[in-house]
Amino acid sequence: MTEMTLVQAVNRGLFEAMRQDPDVLVLGEDVGVDGGVFRATDGLINAYGAERVIDTPLSETGIVGTAIGMALYGLKPVAEIQFLDFIYPAFDQIVSELAKFRFRSGGQYPCHVVIRAPYGGGIKGGVYHSQSTEAYFCHTAGLKVVIPSTPADAKGLLLTAIHDEDPVMFFEPKRIYRTATGEVPDGDHRVPFGQARTVREGEHVSIFAYGAMVPLASEAAAALARDGISAEIIDLRTLVPLDEAAAIASVEKTGRAVVVHEAARFCGFGAELSAILAEKAFYSLKSPVLRVTGYDTPFPYALENVYLPSAARIEAAARTVVREG
Amino acid sequence: MAKTARPASEAGPRPGHELSNDRLLAMYRVMAFARAIDERCLSLQRQGRIGFYVPASGQEAAQIGCAAALTDDDWLFPAYRELGLALWRGVTFRTLMDQFLGTSADRLKGRQMPNHYGYRERNLVVASSPIGTQITHAVGAAMAMQRRRAPQVSATFFGDGATSSNDFHAGMNFAGVYRTPTIFFCQNNQWAISLPRERQTRSATLAQKAEAYGFPGVVVDGTDIHAVFDAVATARERAVAGEGPTLIEAQVYRFGPHSTSDDPHRYRSDADLAEWKRRDPILRLREELQNSGTLTETGESELQDAIRREISETIAAAEGAPPIDPATLFDDTFAQRTPRLEEERAEFERLVREGVIRP
Repeated sequence: MTEMTLVQAVNRGLFEAMRQDPDVLVLGEDVGVDGGVFRATDGLINAYGAERVIDTPLSETGIVGTAIGMALYGLKPVAEIQFLDFIYPAFDQIVSELAKFRFRSGGQYPCHVVIRAPYGGGIKGGVYHSQSTEAYFCHTAGLKVVIPSTPADAKGLLLTAIHDEDPVMFFEPKRIYRTATGEVPDGDHRVPFGQARTVREGEHVSIFAYGAMVPLASEAAAALARDGISAEIIDLRTLVPLDEAAAIASVEKTGRAVVVHEAARFCGFGAELSAILAEKAFYSLKSPVLRVTGYDTPFPYALENVYLPSAARIEAAARTVVREG
Repeated sequence: MAKTARPASEAGPRPGHELSNDRLLAMYRVMAFARAIDERCLSLQRQGRIGFYVPASGQEAAQIGCAAALTDDDWLFPAYRELGLALWRGVTFRTLMDQFLGTSADRLKGRQMPNHYGYRERNLVVASSPIGTQITHAVGAAMAMQRRRAPQVSATFFGDGATSSNDFHAGMNFAGVYRTPTIFFCQNNQWAISLPRERQTRSATLAQKAEAYGFPGVVVDGTDIHAVFDAVATARERAVAGEGPTLIEAQVYRFGPHSTSDDPHRYRSDADLAEWKRRDPILRLREELQNSGTLTETGESELQDAIRREISETIAAAEGAPPIDPATLFDDTFAQRTPRLEEERAEFERLVREGVIRP
């Protein structure tokens, strides 16, 4: 075990995957010589060379399209999109091609590409360096969507993603790249998909979160505990496949739910989770499910602190669902 | 650097690129088969027996001349109008009919509209409908071939319209930067549904675009199978020698509609079509084979009879094939069904049992 930050854990995961399998390669903008704008790919080019750590022209559709061609041929490309906000030129490739290759070919052409992208606000990134649009990808059949919140999960989920058989969108909460620190297992470390993590157990309310919202939920839970409200925090970790069983079991225990994400509320992931709870845990619910989310506006620069969910907003929502039921 | 606007056949094929009469006859048979399949499938669609069809008539010499200049190990990244490629690579008409009908024998499991096929063992990657997206895939596969030091090339197929797409630019640019062993084979059939070639770009030729990406672009008469074969064989030699990609613009004409969903009379004149039909690639090659004594009148009529018979028998057999099992819908979204897909599959099967869904 080694203590490290979340972005260092991503870096360690990439090193480990490239060490394990010569077919793994990394491509993207500034991932080689520069080591990535957040240093996630730092040192890889020195260890594995420019043939496996490929600095690409500035074209997201080119990055993802060529990664697809490599994967069809049998390599295991890990493509980096510098910010999730810049992924849209590749949207056609991701939605029309990557997500559908296996299905549309009747299983003849698996297309295993991992796409890493830093996402989310809290770094004064304004409209175009802050977005959290995981729901687009969750809505597209054929993509797995993974968001770690701890260094150990960042490495473990990334290694699982690289060794998976399906396309994986791997979104990294850049706001906590350096503030989230923790012990990370050395060498090969895998965290399975489809298993939520119980961050803390509680009796009165379930708080569902992922990525950079998990530490805020913990902060809220600590404040609630001082008033005798016991909050359970579930870190979803993989949105697709989703650990529905864990979500339902938690609500069956607590009877109350708050869903937290920084993405806009309307048709956000919270809408899906709320619907699942309404369909499958309705009779356990003592009060309506509440969502604590970004607002239904584009992401702001100067006002990001009031746009983003805070521990205080999570705490207030939890108090509301406890008071009402 | 770019040899633009120069018909490759002007000086005749380069040494080693000559086609023997036997080879030409083999190519002609596949071209004639492709033309006959097109004609029958257009009529099957009009009778409501298949849902949709994309004809390739007029482009047979371009497709088969190109495919013949490649090896079976080379990877093809087609668009949805490449019947000649599939037939040349040995895909049977029965396999195609099963795809057109979406039968239980369809290798694609009924997932795609007719013509959007692909078969892994033929190194013919499965097509999609968005325009130009396969171009970057071909470049990525070629980058993988470089990494594996494989003596292969990738070839990608697209039309004049696709040269306006994002992925044409991205693919050409990446191929130039990494000098990939890629052949960009543009069949300029003059029409992107209703829009003529002149309305896609102000460039004098499509081939000249290659110059800006730092590699050669050549124009060939796509109705001249010798010219096409020579250009592709040359591009392949360059690619395997590590000299990088080539863009080939094969000038052809789409004899039929874009698909069974449009009527070309709305946007183009019969005079143009008549002019191009005088250069019908199949008539050109037939005349050559007859002049060289390779194909006799009897041989031609026996060939046409055999083709007609095979097509009729295959259609009858494929139409008798059992339909696809509806529960297969839930396979292949992922390598393994997720718990959610298992749940949806169970719900589906219950609704079928209850008669709510009637497959």
